[in-house]
Amino acid sequence: MQQDTLVEINDLKQYFAIEKGIFNRKVGEIKAVNGVSLKIKQRETLGLVGESGCGKSTLGRAVLRLQEPTAGDIYFNQEDEKVSVLELNNRDMRKVRANMQMIFQDPFSSLNERMTVMDNIIEPLVVNNIGDKASRKKRAGDLLEQVGLRREYLSRYPHSFSGGQRQRVGIARALSIKPQFIVADEPVSALDVSVQAQILNLLKKLQKEMDLTFLFISHDLGVIRYVSDRIAVMYMGNIVEIGEREELLRNPYHPYTEALLSAVPRPGQRRNRIVLEGSTPDPINLPSGCIFRTRCPYAEKKCAEQKPEWENVEGEHFAACHFKDSLELKGIKNRKRA
Amino acid sequence: MNKDDNILEMKNLKTHFFTDRGTVKAVDGVNLNVKKGKTLGVIGESGCGKSVTAHSILRLIPSPPGQIVDGSINYQQKDNKIIDLGKLDARGDTIRNIRGNEISMIFQEPMTSFGPQYTIGHQIMEAIMIHNPEMAEEEAKNKTIYLLDQVGIPKAEERVDSYPHEFSGGMLQRAMIAMALSCSPRLLIADEPTTALDVTVEAQILELLEELQDETGMSIIIITHNLAVVSEVADQIAVMYLGREVEFADSDQIIDNPLHPYTRGLWNSIPSLDGELKELKPVKGTVPDPINIPAGCPFADRCPEMIAGVCDQGNPPDKIEVEEGHYVRCFLYTE
Repeated sequence: MQQDTLVEINDLKQYFAIEKGIFNRKVGEIKAVNGVSLKIKQRETLGLVGESGCGKSTLGRAVLRLQEPTAGDIYFNQEDEKVSVLELNNRDMRKVRANMQMIFQDPFSSLNERMTVMDNIIEPLVVNNIGDKASRKKRAGDLLEQVGLRREYLSRYPHSFSGGQRQRVGIARALSIKPQFIVADEPVSALDVSVQAQILNLLKKLQKEMDLTFLFISHDLGVIRYVSDRIAVMYMGNIVEIGEREELLRNPYHPYTEALLSAVPRPGQRRNRIVLEGSTPDPINLPSGCIFRTRCPYAEKKCAEQKPEWENVEGEHFAACHFKDSLELKGIKNRKRA
Repeated sequence: MNKDDNILEMKNLKTHFFTDRGTVKAVDGVNLNVKKGKTLGVIGESGCGKSVTAHSILRLIPSPPGQIVDGSINYQQKDNKIIDLGKLDARGDTIRNIRGNEISMIFQEPMTSFGPQYTIGHQIMEAIMIHNPEMAEEEAKNKTIYLLDQVGIPKAEERVDSYPHEFSGGMLQRAMIAMALSCSPRLLIADEPTTALDVTVEAQILELLEELQDETGMSIIIITHNLAVVSEVADQIAVMYLGREVEFADSDQIIDNPLHPYTRGLWNSIPSLDGELKELKPVKGTVPDPINIPAGCPFADRCPEMIAGVCDQGNPPDKIEVEEGHYVRCFLYTE
């Protein structure tokens, strides 16, 4: 493991069995995450973008081992020691998990309504037996101020807060245990645009102050661009392209990335849009060869026969497409307001 | 109605809700026009009253607690007769004839807009036959298939017998558009039509709405919190804040040259995919409690350009025309 890598994921698979009948006969599998390999560097934000059902949330949960992956390896760099997360027993897992936290999408269900803001925030400290009552209270108050809320709110209950305020409490809670790594799963998609912008700026500020590393999951390419250092594009359980932010957005090498970029509505966009035909394939019967070929406007015979290899395009830019070298795909730079 | 090219004119519309906690002035003096064959985009954040405005047009406000307390909604009917929808009996025959026949609505959540126990075809046919009692069932079914085909549902003659759970979100939204179009409305109100959908599906639906408008010449009101969606499809845009439109202009004008500080704040809150990456500068604070709206301009306490002693005293005047067709409600533009 390189020094600057915090999390390394190798060929991770997460399958869900589909069962039928009273004997729970297995009739098929949903391949929600189907062989993903990624490295997340220290103090970077890796943006993970894709449409609903592509497996991005499942991947985020699997990385934190909130569910047991079907196959693959996850390594976490804990004090310069490479720890294989999936081989840990419960006690050691608890230690590692103190370094990994999650921020959830829905600020209305991710807090415990029956606990005060303070109890919500310090719960991770209590669970991990860190500090005493006085130091926890001080920490909760400090955190609340750091996320832009008043210290007096400690004794209130979540129901008296707006969505944006709750999300701030959710962030304070995730940070209370001083994690290095945070999986943020659509943290702003339930919020209004102006509140969304406030939270995005807050996350960027906290990242600098606390040296955080983010896996930031979102379906919104604008949001992903704003927060990410690198971007990974996911489709049907696979990462199809990954690269440095501007490089990937300006010079996409995978037709799905191009289609996704062109689908984002903005002024003057309607005239040069690629509208994808149909909808995503059935996750139980994935197409042969390239998973995107059924909707790809450039698909040829080879795409059905052979699964494209994951190849380096240049620098840190990788894509999985047979024709990535011959296609001339449009990124955001060709796009001027009409 | 003074201008012939408007199909709908709202003047000083006020829809209030009388609750135990107090009066919620959800819509409090809205002035909006919809041009024939054009698309009006209404944008704003949650609680700004955009949906209540739309529901007021079709008189779908639950009463009690809601009530239209003032203003007019003048609608020009097929025979050029002008009728004030706000004055009609919400349960009367006149508005029921207009609903679906002349003005149709599509809702945000296609998943909950169809009943789960009947086929898609059955539900669309029902809508057609209510409005055309003399139509035979066979004919209604053929029309349904035609409509589903028109909105781009593959194998419409088979899918007409599918149940809602057999459709994806995008397909259901298409089916709902088919239902809304079944009686060839002259005005379509789309309340957050793509919010629940993925971007690639959203692109399909927006494209579809535009095609249908080109074919049928209907007017559209599209209500959304997503500026990008509006900027792409709307001819004119109204920005709403706390029950009022604060700015109203042609799309290009308002996107290139936003005047109201709230509009500017909204524009600066949206992470863009084009151009250089800029820091977001959102409006500070949050929307105030609609029951205790501060005195003066409702936006004053969040406004970066607030003029003390002016903005917190009285209401800014209605409709200051800063350039031709570009209206704003803000003291910064008073003489």
